[in-house]
Amino acid sequence: MSFKERRKSLQKIEFITLSIGAQDFCMDIILVREIRGWSKVTTLPHSPLDVLGVMNLRGAVVPIVDLSARLGLGRYEATDRDVIIITLIGDQTVGFVVTAVSDIVELSRDEIQPMPNIGEGAENLFVKGIVTSDDKTLRVLDINNIGDSMALAREIA
Amino acid sequence: MSSLTELRAIFFQECEEQLEDLTDGLNAIEAEVEETSPDPDQVNSMFRAVHSIKGGAASFSLDAIAQFAHAYETILDELRGGQLLTTSDSIPVLYRAADYLADLISLAAAGFEPDPDRLALQTSEIMSLSQAEPVAEPEGDFLADFVPLALDDDGALPVDNGPELPVFNISFTPTAALYANGHEPVQLFRELETLGRLKVDVELDEQAPWDDPHPAATWRLSLASDRSESDIREIFEFAEPHAQLQVSLSDGTVDVPQHPMAQTDNAANVQEVEVDDPAGITEPDTPDSVLPEPTIKPPAPHKSTVRVDLGQVDELINLVGELVITQSVMTQSLLEHSGPVSRNVMATLDDFKSLTRIIQEGIMAIRAQSVKPLFQRMARIVRETAQMAGKEVRFTSEGEDTEVDRIMIERLVDPLTHILRNAVDHGVEMGPDRLQAGKEEAGCIRLSAAHRSGRVVIEVSDDGAGVKRDKVLASAIAKGLIQATAQLSEGEIDRLLFMPGFSTADVVTNLSGRGVGMDVVNSEIRRLGGRVSIISSPGEGTTISISLPLTLAVLDGMIVDVGGETLVVPISAILETIRPDPSQIHQIGPSSRMVAVRDMMVPIIELGQVFGYENSSCRRDEHILFIVEDENGTMFALAVDQIRDQRQVVIKSLESNYGHVPFVAAATILGDGQIALIVDLDEVTHRISNPPPTSVKHKRAYA
Repeated sequence: MSFKERRKSLQKIEFITLSIGAQDFCMDIILVREIRGWSKVTTLPHSPLDVLGVMNLRGAVVPIVDLSARLGLGRYEATDRDVIIITLIGDQTVGFVVTAVSDIVELSRDEIQPMPNIGEGAENLFVKGIVTSDDKTLRVLDINNIGDSMALAREIA
Repeated sequence: MSSLTELRAIFFQECEEQLEDLTDGLNAIEAEVEETSPDPDQVNSMFRAVHSIKGGAASFSLDAIAQFAHAYETILDELRGGQLLTTSDSIPVLYRAADYLADLISLAAAGFEPDPDRLALQTSEIMSLSQAEPVAEPEGDFLADFVPLALDDDGALPVDNGPELPVFNISFTPTAALYANGHEPVQLFRELETLGRLKVDVELDEQAPWDDPHPAATWRLSLASDRSESDIREIFEFAEPHAQLQVSLSDGTVDVPQHPMAQTDNAANVQEVEVDDPAGITEPDTPDSVLPEPTIKPPAPHKSTVRVDLGQVDELINLVGELVITQSVMTQSLLEHSGPVSRNVMATLDDFKSLTRIIQEGIMAIRAQSVKPLFQRMARIVRETAQMAGKEVRFTSEGEDTEVDRIMIERLVDPLTHILRNAVDHGVEMGPDRLQAGKEEAGCIRLSAAHRSGRVVIEVSDDGAGVKRDKVLASAIAKGLIQATAQLSEGEIDRLLFMPGFSTADVVTNLSGRGVGMDVVNSEIRRLGGRVSIISSPGEGTTISISLPLTLAVLDGMIVDVGGETLVVPISAILETIRPDPSQIHQIGPSSRMVAVRDMMVPIIELGQVFGYENSSCRRDEHILFIVEDENGTMFALAVDQIRDQRQVVIKSLESNYGHVPFVAAATILGDGQIALIVDLDEVTHRISNPPPTSVKHKRAYA
């Protein structure tokens, strides 16, 4: 391993950890713009099932995606304590509804194991690795992939 | 390098302004009595415009523009000098030349070289106006005697040498003692310059031994002044004992060299010395300008403007939109949550509200632009079309100062071009026919713009033959657009002109008649949130009027509830709102219903169904119906549950963060901070009249 590669693998990346239902995930914090409480969304006609609608983010119209549905974990049930993670994917601002945001962790690339192939499923498509820290198993979400699939979902909508 | 590119961009922007001034001037002198010398102020401003273009073009080595502008300038100079009079023949040539100059500039802006033959042709056309003897200088050579002016040329033009003044030739050879006594020739010359127009040359004695302390320079000055010789000698009073001074009156003609370049070859060792301007009395950089003559009127004060990046203005508009929304959210939450609010707070809130409104209006106004450049462009189109059609057309415009959102101006170009071409080609009759009908030979086309009750109305009217309704009807039947048995009112026949595929022209000319046009005009105007209407009376003319919203950033909308959701329906499309009596509604087929509106059966569109909202809270017969009209004039009734409000909403793009949503034109943010979708009526009605194929594959192709 060259010095450069080694340094890269040691470099810590910050991840935000979140939970959807009882499952734990994390995503690269670079993509996250802000975290907001839940507020009512305006539904869009003929939208894919996992697009809940749009909400007003200081004047911008931001689509809100049900991450649970997107990952194939069943549809989202609204509660007041839900959290919206606003991300910037490419030049689009997209919000994701999750059950809770818990922590920020620093991980080096070494610590992320590739996702073992455990069969087909939407979930696998959006998870790029797995991390075991302390007592939890975190799956690292590939938000860019999730964003791409949104364009896909829109087309067949 | 980038700064040069920037300068170039600025030059082209300024060219547009100059061209506008030029066209203004042309319009003004055209309106004056013929066969006269035109208003010198107008010609001067035209001259300045062309001169600035020439100067700028020369600095960027845009030779074609410089050359043509030079020719134009020559003619304008003759106009100014009175050698050339404006006649009905010369005005069109001047217009054509102005058009060609605009072409040259846009070619150059796009980085193309003009066609040299065309350039030569146009140049000779404009030069043919010249009353002067053929210019001796070979063409293209003018650059040698032309000093490009600075880019920030403030319009200083070479002022004609006023009345001829006596010229004194002064020779001044200082000795070392002059300097030893603390005299400085430059000071003396400055002093001299206060007396009149001074020209300074210096002769250096290059043979002078290098170790000789005596000055080796002799100044030769010429001063055009109405002062006496003794006044001049007085300046040298203290210097004279230490120098050789000769003052003589020259032959009376102005001997001051007209141009520095002309003098340089007199003697190889003559150098130019520029005298610093002592107090800014004379124009810097123009040594041969005389003191301003009191008879020359100063040019009309120019409106000072600031160039601002459009993106910045848009950003501001967005932010102010936010401010308005935040303000109403704040008001609402104060009212809802904090119990009784003191009168004081309410008053402050009201002030805040009106201030934000004022700011919003101000910002919107920044984006607005007068329709003048658009109208000037249209004038050109009318001229060219009239020439091609062989008709004589007089074009007038009104309300050029009306301001419209600049995006709107850009998008009005094509529709207006179509309408005006049609007016010239189909509206105005041929000259002989007009005479027969007892009208003036020249047709008249009027383009006007005005603000009317919060909208902009643009009208194109001609005094032609009007819509030939029998012909229109026959043509529409022949093309299968309507049934042969259809009974249409006059207004309905006129509206056939806007149907896709309609054309009455027997022969397709290259101007119009291809059957694309008026329907495109209609759909484009609708896309801008406007409406087109046509009024025509046979033998008297046709008026097409376009009514547009003031801006594309806000929209007048009806805020409605449909199936528990809030939607906004653009008011521009709504013809009327009705709460129908159950007896008016007729069930037709399993699911579709019609409503009878004054003996007309109008299909009902359930907006809730279209949008896929299931839980419509209202019973079906309690709906409110909006009667809307699509681009073909077909009527539809939109069913909504409840009307909540009617107000201006700020348009927000859905596409930037998400993508196109079927049946939705855009979104907006309501006073409570919630997003409401704006209904795309064209898409809704289009979908109903052309039901979509069911399979996903086809659906995609459709989208």
